[in-house]
Amino acid sequence: MAELGVDTRTLERAPLAPHWAGASVGDFIDLMKPRVMSLVVFTALTGMLLAPPGQHPALAAIALICIAVGAGAAGALNMWYDADIDALMQRTAARPIPRGRVAPDEALAFGVVLAVGSVAVLGLLVNWVAGALLALTIAFYLFVYTMWLKRRTPQNIVIGGAAGAFPPMIGWAAMTGTVSLEGVVLFLIVFLWTPPHFWALALYRARDYERAGVPMLPVVAGGDATRRQIVIYAALLVPLALAPALMGFAGPGYAMAAIGLGAVFLALALQVWRLREGREADRAARQLFGFSILYLFGLFAALLAERSLALWFA
Amino acid sequence: MESREQQEWERRRRMRSIAIALALAALAIIFFIATVVWLGGDVAKRRM
Repeated sequence: MAELGVDTRTLERAPLAPHWAGASVGDFIDLMKPRVMSLVVFTALTGMLLAPPGQHPALAAIALICIAVGAGAAGALNMWYDADIDALMQRTAARPIPRGRVAPDEALAFGVVLAVGSVAVLGLLVNWVAGALLALTIAFYLFVYTMWLKRRTPQNIVIGGAAGAFPPMIGWAAMTGTVSLEGVVLFLIVFLWTPPHFWALALYRARDYERAGVPMLPVVAGGDATRRQIVIYAALLVPLALAPALMGFAGPGYAMAAIGLGAVFLALALQVWRLREGREADRAARQLFGFSILYLFGLFAALLAERSLALWFA
Repeated sequence: MESREQQEWERRRRMRSIAIALALAALAIIFFIATVVWLGGDVAKRRM
């Protein structure tokens, strides 16, 4: 454990109840995966703003809070179930449960309360289409991705990625009470973005995943097959990202951003495919992973900015 | 040492209690606002 940078003294102390009882508020916030939550909120907000106006702003704000809490619930439930493998991976060993700061039962209770609460409030106060989609998202992330696919197949994040792709659709549904083609396009963008994003991470964290027994693509099929898949998904994603402009719910500003960001994304994916050995390969994978976050953020920021300006001057 | 750990434990419990109280207050406010939005204005003047 020492070579993983894990504080083994903390792990040894973990079963002691008084230590668990001392979980701080920050530990519970960590359970909600705040960085993932922020991306969920951002994509959901974009879905909300792109939807035809009509929903009361107060209810829209409540919907956004519910989506954020629902995402946090999914994160907490994921950490509860994956605590055993989280303890084995350098990237996740410092999470609250493996470090012994939050008891697994506490995390489970916390996640269930937040999941039920967020779905119920969204359904009761906003609409049940959005509520049902949020429930589906949490259930998909927990049962389909975390419990079923993650430890069984290298396609785990391809199918499981759907969970992270729902928020813009939930945002749209919260505003309109329906699911539309525009919402489906936003879903598909995040869905196709997820595999190259996580496979880039898995390329330079392959040993971590191998140690934990998680069959990520680089572990099972090797680096070359993973690099090929990254390029294929990038080649599908970049033109798809232009769909909002072609369908008319985004303008030329978004189109230019999608082309520019897409070109860099493709170039970095090709660089990952080309550099296969040593530190250069690791660096290329890290660059793609880092840029992939910026890419998705940039696309949705462009959509958001364009729509906000249109609403402002309307 | 023991008392310092005890103090830290109590501080964390107090902070958790405050966080729960704030979350419940936020929930009450959310329901209040949503109720006002759903019912609309001039509720008191409506026919029963």
